[in-house]
Amino acid sequence: MLNDTDRRLLRHLQSDPEQSVADLSEATGIALATCYKRLERLQSTGVFKGSHAVIDWRALGYEVLVSLRISLDKTNPRAFDEFIAAARDVAEVTEIQTFLGRVDLRLSVIARSMSHYQEIYRSRILGLPHISDIEALMHVAEIKQAEVLPL
Amino acid sequence: MIDLDEIDRALLRALQRDATLKASELGRRTGISQPAAWRRIKRLTEAGVLTGRRLDLDLEKLGFGVTVFLGVKLATKGRVSLEDFERAITAIPEVQTVQHVLGLYDYRLRVVARDLSDFERVLRRRIMTLPGVGNVEANVLLSEERRPGPLA
Repeated sequence: MLNDTDRRLLRHLQSDPEQSVADLSEATGIALATCYKRLERLQSTGVFKGSHAVIDWRALGYEVLVSLRISLDKTNPRAFDEFIAAARDVAEVTEIQTFLGRVDLRLSVIARSMSHYQEIYRSRILGLPHISDIEALMHVAEIKQAEVLPL
Repeated sequence: MIDLDEIDRALLRALQRDATLKASELGRRTGISQPAAWRRIKRLTEAGVLTGRRLDLDLEKLGFGVTVFLGVKLATKGRVSLEDFERAITAIPEVQTVQHVLGLYDYRLRVVARDLSDFERVLRRRIMTLPGVGNVEANVLLSEERRPGPLA
């Protein structure tokens, strides 16, 4: 369904999502009308769903980022749904991921400082339902973060 | 660090969902004029709060059937081995993100692949062969939800 032109367009667009279609056309050497037509098709087929703004929480004073790797008590069939619903209510949780592997879930938690983190951890996280084990990874640095696909 | 008011937070929430919204539409949604919305976006960008955009692509439709998170422990440490590892790992196209962490692992990687056997190829040929790689743990991503964060 995807041809080489589509891949080329998406590759360029990924590296600079804010560029105009005219710039994209110039950078790729693909005719402007073709760019519009292919992009429209990628959107209508649901391949290209849009774009979202990336917020740097550090610029807002959130200095701490922790990955919490969580195992749930799987004897309860509602454990996943109830845990996720409760985790959505914690404002400092920025990501919820579920896995097949050694851990069941992972939460990204941001905090203004270590003492703020400790407060969130004790008052909000430890109160989430069905937790059987938690491991924390403290983020030191983002080495590569663009999340670009190898198209 | 800058302070946000209610309107700034509403603007950020809207842009987190759709980065292509124009100042006129953002102004309409938050009850301010188009120039006022534009000035606020400019201020948030200059303060480093809005750092850019990311495309929302359907991975499956693009042929990427699996996303795996890898926890990597380095067997040998020291400044040189960290820098060598970071340089080599960021050059692998299937490795989407690399985070240096403290805890059970030294690095956390997000890896995309066509399917599990393609992932095995990337893991064995590209990642396990890097110098200094010790213990590795893989978890296959089943679902992912990005939350707005503390902007309410």
